[in-house]
Amino acid sequence: MQNLVYLMLRRMRLPLIAIILVYAISILGLVLIPGVDDQGNTWHMSLFHAFYFVSFMGSTIGFGEIPYPFTDPQRLWTNVAMYLTVISWLYAIGSLFAMLQDPAVRRALAFTTFTRSVRRIHEPFYLVCGLGDAGYLITRELAEDNIRSVVIDRNEHRVQTLQLENFQVHVPALCADVTDSSALYVAGLKKPHCAGVIAMTGIDHVNLTIAISSKLLAPELPVICRAETHDSQANMASFGTDYIINPFDTFASRFAMMFQSPSMYLVYEWMTSIHEAPLSEFVAPPRGTWVLCGYGRFGKAVQRSLSFKGIQTVIIEYDIESTSAPENTVAGRGTEAITLHEAGIEQAVGIIAGTDDDANNLSIIMTALDMNENLFTVARQNQRSNDAIFNAADIDLVMQSGKIIGQRVIDLLTNPLLSDFLRLARLQNESWANILVSRVVGILTDAPPETWTLNISREQTPALLEAFGKGMAVTVKDLTTDPHETSQMLPCVPLYIKHQNNDELLLPEDDTPLQAGDQLLFCGQRHAESHMHWAAHNFNALNFICTGYDRPSGTVWRLLSQGRHS
Amino acid sequence: MNLEKVVFAFFIVLSLTLNFGFFIGDLDDPNHHNVYELYAALVVSLIATIMKFGDRAHIGAVLLATSLVADLQLIGAVIVWTISEHGTGTGLTPMVMSSIVSLSGGALLANVTSVIILVTETVMFRR
Repeated sequence: MQNLVYLMLRRMRLPLIAIILVYAISILGLVLIPGVDDQGNTWHMSLFHAFYFVSFMGSTIGFGEIPYPFTDPQRLWTNVAMYLTVISWLYAIGSLFAMLQDPAVRRALAFTTFTRSVRRIHEPFYLVCGLGDAGYLITRELAEDNIRSVVIDRNEHRVQTLQLENFQVHVPALCADVTDSSALYVAGLKKPHCAGVIAMTGIDHVNLTIAISSKLLAPELPVICRAETHDSQANMASFGTDYIINPFDTFASRFAMMFQSPSMYLVYEWMTSIHEAPLSEFVAPPRGTWVLCGYGRFGKAVQRSLSFKGIQTVIIEYDIESTSAPENTVAGRGTEAITLHEAGIEQAVGIIAGTDDDANNLSIIMTALDMNENLFTVARQNQRSNDAIFNAADIDLVMQSGKIIGQRVIDLLTNPLLSDFLRLARLQNESWANILVSRVVGILTDAPPETWTLNISREQTPALLEAFGKGMAVTVKDLTTDPHETSQMLPCVPLYIKHQNNDELLLPEDDTPLQAGDQLLFCGQRHAESHMHWAAHNFNALNFICTGYDRPSGTVWRLLSQGRHS
Repeated sequence: MNLEKVVFAFFIVLSLTLNFGFFIGDLDDPNHHNVYELYAALVVSLIATIMKFGDRAHIGAVLLATSLVADLQLIGAVIVWTISEHGTGTGLTPMVMSSIVSLSGGALLANVTSVIILVTETVMFRR
């Protein structure tokens, strides 16, 4: 703020001096030039009258010639003064507006607004660096869950786009260099409410710089980093970055899971999907030889996972030398029919277009489908803005870095229990996954399930604690019963319980008893969560579910009914 | 040579000299105090104030403060003068005149402070 005031005052110096000088000269002239009063005597305007006259003349209000009609010399001078004052006012007002348009002032103004809104955050917030596809997704999803975040990005255009968004919570955004640690300070790194730093820029080295700055300046804060090479991953891990997410490795392991257990893949996809995403369908990729175009970071990760699952791949790569592709690699881009033919596309069961150019990837898919229409198609999408054409191309599986990273980060931040659940689920077999999928399908409409956590604690479930205090036993079934219609169950599935002593239980049965300190993970339709909270907060509702007896809520009525029952 | 400093020095010293010229003379004798001199002192003092707008240096900020004090004192004197002449119509009685002159005396003191700070700064930083 101070900066801005100084800047404005400095810019307004000359216009203000001009106004004062013009006024001084005009007033002086009017005072010195003799006039004639109503009796015909020579009369001199006093300073007071002159100031009055110049004030209303300069502001073009114009009350007329007072107190006596002017003489010709006075009018001559008034002519001069009139133009001088009007011009000086225009000059001053013009400079004021020009100043407000000035990039330096606007930047100072934006900075001031940003620091003020960061200062006003009195709840936990995340500091998101980089507003690419992933950063934008994270910010949006956090806002959907009413979690505050503060954003820094170097690109002014992206920051402006974010400011036009209509989020539920205000997201302060600053256009600044994220590698500058003072920008992190301003964005609230050292504030007690800062809950974590999320480095999501597209450049590994920048993410590394952010991670190391925040680990040095605020060592206790968790840092989540995006990394696209194993080199930077190791580097980030070396100084204790809490979570490092590599989009290519994440995708490759999910993709490999599809071969092993398509249902398990579906469980993963559903549980980790973002708000308002379409429901992913059951797909099982065929086993056989796959053609992989592009052997960069993405291609390498996919190839490694596929060969681990015993799937053969033929690689097409333009630059064999620098990517150190294996010996039997076909040279070319894969966009031409000739290279695809050379790679044996006619006999292949699937194609993976994994170059870093979206147009090329689409071209690869279209050309390959022309030659073999039964192919299973997988494409890498680099830019979120190409959503429409990738949708139109009807590709079986699209890999989008931003989305993959965004989902992972959101799960880490909003639902830590989900990672535990997925870790345990991974160890289960395909038939277990089949059962879970069919249970979840039973409660779904057409949107993917929401997942939420319920902690049995005084804050989140006061009614349950009251019930425990009265010696009542509450089971999982009581929580999943619809409190408005006790004959029906809420459309949700209990996925996982973590007891206070860290004992874990996957897919708890309906009669599993609950204790204080338990953490439960549910998935289901969105409205089920709020209905569940109703029973968890309202003892009478819970009591009715457990016992079928509608307890009177007023003390008098309770005493009366006690008398009647006994 | 820094032109900005020279121009500021000009205005602040001019403000002091004009104010001094107005102030000198018998305290309550209107003949010794010219209204145009007061007018000029106020205009020059206002300009000197604005020239210090946006100066972030410590000395600059102090100079802004002292010249603002001078402005306030002079505006006070002008208001007293105007009200006595045009408002209440009492005219320049010795009592009114002495209060005007003493107000300008206060402004004179602020001007002197400004000039002392200015001189100190000039002596300390030879550039």
